[in-house]
Amino acid sequence: MEQLETFRTEVRQWLQDNCPESQRSPALPEEQYWGGRSGSFAGEDARLWFERMHARGWTAPEWPEAYGGGGLNPQQARVLKEEMKRINARTPLYSLGIWMLGPALLEYGNEEQKLRHLKAITGGEIRWCQGYSEPGSGSDLASLQTRAEDMGDHYLVNGSKIWTTNADKSDWIFCLVRTDPGAKKQEGISFLLIDMATEGVSVTPIELISGESEFCQTFFDNVRVPKENLVGELNKGWSIAKALLVHERKLMSEMGSESPRLQVPPTAAARDYLDFVDGKIADAQLRSDLVDYEMQMQAIGLTHFRCFEEKAAGVQSAAPLVMKYAGTEAEKIKSELLLAIMGTRGLGWEGESFSAAELDTLRLWAMSKAMTIAGGTSEVQLNVIAKNVLQLPQG
Amino acid sequence: MALVLNEEQRLLQDTAREFLQQRAPVEALRKLRDSRDATGYDPSLWREMCELGWASIILPEAYGGLEFGFAGLGLVVEESGRTLSASPLFATGVLGASAILLAGNETQKETLLPQLAVGELTLALALEEHHHHRPTHVETRLAAEADGYTLNGEKCFVLDGHSADQLLVVARSSGEPDSSNGLTLVLVPRDSAGVRCTRTVMADSRNAANLQFDQVRVPAEAVLGRVGEAGPLLEQVLDRGRIAMAAEMLGLAKESFARTVAYLKEREQFGALIGTFQALQHRAAQIQVELELCQSVVLQALSTVDEQPQQLPLMASLAKAKLNELAKRVTNEAVQMHGGIGVTDELEIGFFLKRARVAMQILGDTGYHKDRYARLCGY
Repeated sequence: MEQLETFRTEVRQWLQDNCPESQRSPALPEEQYWGGRSGSFAGEDARLWFERMHARGWTAPEWPEAYGGGGLNPQQARVLKEEMKRINARTPLYSLGIWMLGPALLEYGNEEQKLRHLKAITGGEIRWCQGYSEPGSGSDLASLQTRAEDMGDHYLVNGSKIWTTNADKSDWIFCLVRTDPGAKKQEGISFLLIDMATEGVSVTPIELISGESEFCQTFFDNVRVPKENLVGELNKGWSIAKALLVHERKLMSEMGSESPRLQVPPTAAARDYLDFVDGKIADAQLRSDLVDYEMQMQAIGLTHFRCFEEKAAGVQSAAPLVMKYAGTEAEKIKSELLLAIMGTRGLGWEGESFSAAELDTLRLWAMSKAMTIAGGTSEVQLNVIAKNVLQLPQG
Repeated sequence: MALVLNEEQRLLQDTAREFLQQRAPVEALRKLRDSRDATGYDPSLWREMCELGWASIILPEAYGGLEFGFAGLGLVVEESGRTLSASPLFATGVLGASAILLAGNETQKETLLPQLAVGELTLALALEEHHHHRPTHVETRLAAEADGYTLNGEKCFVLDGHSADQLLVVARSSGEPDSSNGLTLVLVPRDSAGVRCTRTVMADSRNAANLQFDQVRVPAEAVLGRVGEAGPLLEQVLDRGRIAMAAEMLGLAKESFARTVAYLKEREQFGALIGTFQALQHRAAQIQVELELCQSVVLQALSTVDEQPQQLPLMASLAKAKLNELAKRVTNEAVQMHGGIGVTDELEIGFFLKRARVAMQILGDTGYHKDRYARLCGY
C-alpha cells in the first residue's frame, strides 16, 4: 500500500514534468496518434509526449519491459491511469495492437512472434486492424469462410473480411481463417497475421449512416502468408478469438466514459437547451429520462470499478460479462436523450447553421447504433449471459 | 475495498444466510400469517439474532456494540431479504439504532443502546402521515408545557408500530406543515396514556400500524437532539434506512430470480425445457445485467454510510430508486415465468412479489428518489 503511494507520487511528478500542456485535454479524433507506416502526429507536442511515454514503456504499461512495455503490475497501471486522468493527459498511442492483439500474443504467441510484433506495436511502428466478421458471417462468427490453404511453405488465403475498422490506414491485420473445411465449424479455425502490403490484399471503405467510413471491407485474393505467421496451434484459433472478444467487449463497454468527441454530456446539454422552472427541468418526461440515464451510468461506473477490485482481489463474478451489453445500450440511450434534449438543433447534418458540437452529436447518435451490433450484438451478449452465467439449457 | 467483501464480511454473511434459512425461512412467515400471530414475528428468535449481534452491528463497543460498520449490517439485511424473515431488524436494528446513535445525548445512548443490543428494547419510527413518503409533511404537534411537552396527531405506516416497546415520533415544534425546519424527535413508550395503536394488515404479512396521539405527555428528557432541529439528523437516519431497504430488496430480488432460473431448468413445455426458449433466456439475461449493476450500487451505498457521508443523500436515492425498479421487475417476471403455479398462494414466489411492493413504498418510491436525485444534481 505504502509502495503504491510512493509510486503515485513519482508518477504524478513525472507527468507534471513531462506531459506537455497541449496534451492535457481530451484529444479529438483528428488529434489522436495511431502510429503505423502512414501515421502522423497532430503536432510537435504530440510527438514529444508519445516519445517520452514510449521511453518509459508506458504506451503499454502492463507489458513486460522486454517487449517495450512498462512492466507495471495491475495496481501500478491503475495508478498511472488515474494520474493521467487527473490531469486529462491524452493517450499517447491509440492502438488496436495494444488493446487487442498484444494480449493475445502475450498469451498464445511464440517468443519470436512476441519479439517481432510487440515491440513494433509499443513503438507505434505498425498499425493493426482486426479481421473477424465476413459478409456472410455476422453474429454467427464461427461460420466464417475465408480459407487459408496449406501450400507447404506458406498458406494461400482467399476470401473477404468486413467491418475491418480502419483497415485502409492499417499495416497488418490479424485474422480468423478456416484451415480445416471438414471440421465442425469452431474446430477448423486458425489465427493468422497478415501483412497488408502483400500482393492480393485490397481494402474498400464502407460509408455508414453516420456519414463516416471508418469500417472497411478487406479482400484476400490468392494472398501468400508465411507459415510463421500462425499464432497458437493450427485449428485452435477459436479460443484465441474468444479471449480477444472478451477484451473487445470490455473496451466497448468503456468507450462512453472517455468519448473524445465534441458531444456534450446530457446534463450539460439540458442546461443549454431546456427550460428550467424553480431549478428543475420543466419537461417532466425529459427530466425523468435524464435521471434514468444518469443513474444507469453511475451504476455502470460503479460496476466497472467493482470489476477492477474483483480482478485485483482474485474474485470471480459475472459482472465483466454484462458490461458490453450494459455499456453500449446506455450509449444508445444517451444519444437518443441528447437528440431529444436538443430538438431540431440536434438534427443538423452539416453546415454553418449548427455548432460543431451539435453536428457531432448527430453523427455519434448514428454511430451509437453500430455499438450494439459490432463486437457481438446485444442479442449475442444476452445469449452468452444466458448460457455462461445463468447456465440455462441450450436447445 | 468497498466493492469486494473482506473475509470477516463474507463470514458474517454466510452465518446470517445459514441461520435465516434454517430458522426463519419463508415458511416461517407463512405460519405467522396463517396463525394471525399477534406480534407478527417470533420474539425468542429475535433474542437469538441479538445474541448473534445483529441488533448491535453498527453500535460502538462502548454501548455493547460490535462496531462492525453499516456495510456489515447491510449484508445481514440482504440475507433477511432472501428469506423474507419478519423481525425487528429493520425498525430497531437499522432505524432505531441509527436514530439514537445520531441524535441521542450521552445519557440516552448509555441507557438505550445496551438494551437495544441485547434485544430488550425494540423501537419503531413514527414518521409518515400520508400514503406517500413525505418526510417533512408533519402535522403531529409537540407543544411545550411548564414541565415537558404534549404530543397530538396521527401517524400511518409505522413499521413495527404495534409491537415496539418505544416509538420514535417525528413531531412538529414549529414551522409550516411541509417545512423541514421545526421538527423534533421524541421517544414515547407505546403504552403511554393517550397512545392508540391500530395494527394494519398489509400485503406482505409484515408488521405496520397506524398510531394516534391524544394529549400524550412527553418529559423533556425524552427529546432526542435539539427541539425543532431534528430535520438534518432525520434525513441521515432515513438515508441509512433507504440504503438498508435497498439491501433487503437486493436479497429479495436475488432469491426470487434464483428460484425462477431454477424453474426454467426443470419445467418442460412443447417437449423442451422452457429455459431453452430464447424469449425467456433474453429476459432472464437482462435481469442478470440489472442485478450486477444493482449489486455494485448497494455495496457502494453501504460503504458510503461508513466512509463518505457527504455522498450519502445521492447514494441513498440512487440505491432506493434502482432497487425499487429491480425488485418490481424481478418479482413480476418471476410470477410470469412460473406460469399458472406462480399465481398460487402455495408457491412462495407470491410472498416475494407482495413484500417487494411494500418495500418499494418504504422511505420513498421510485418517483420520490428520482426527483431527489435530480434535485441533488441540480436539474
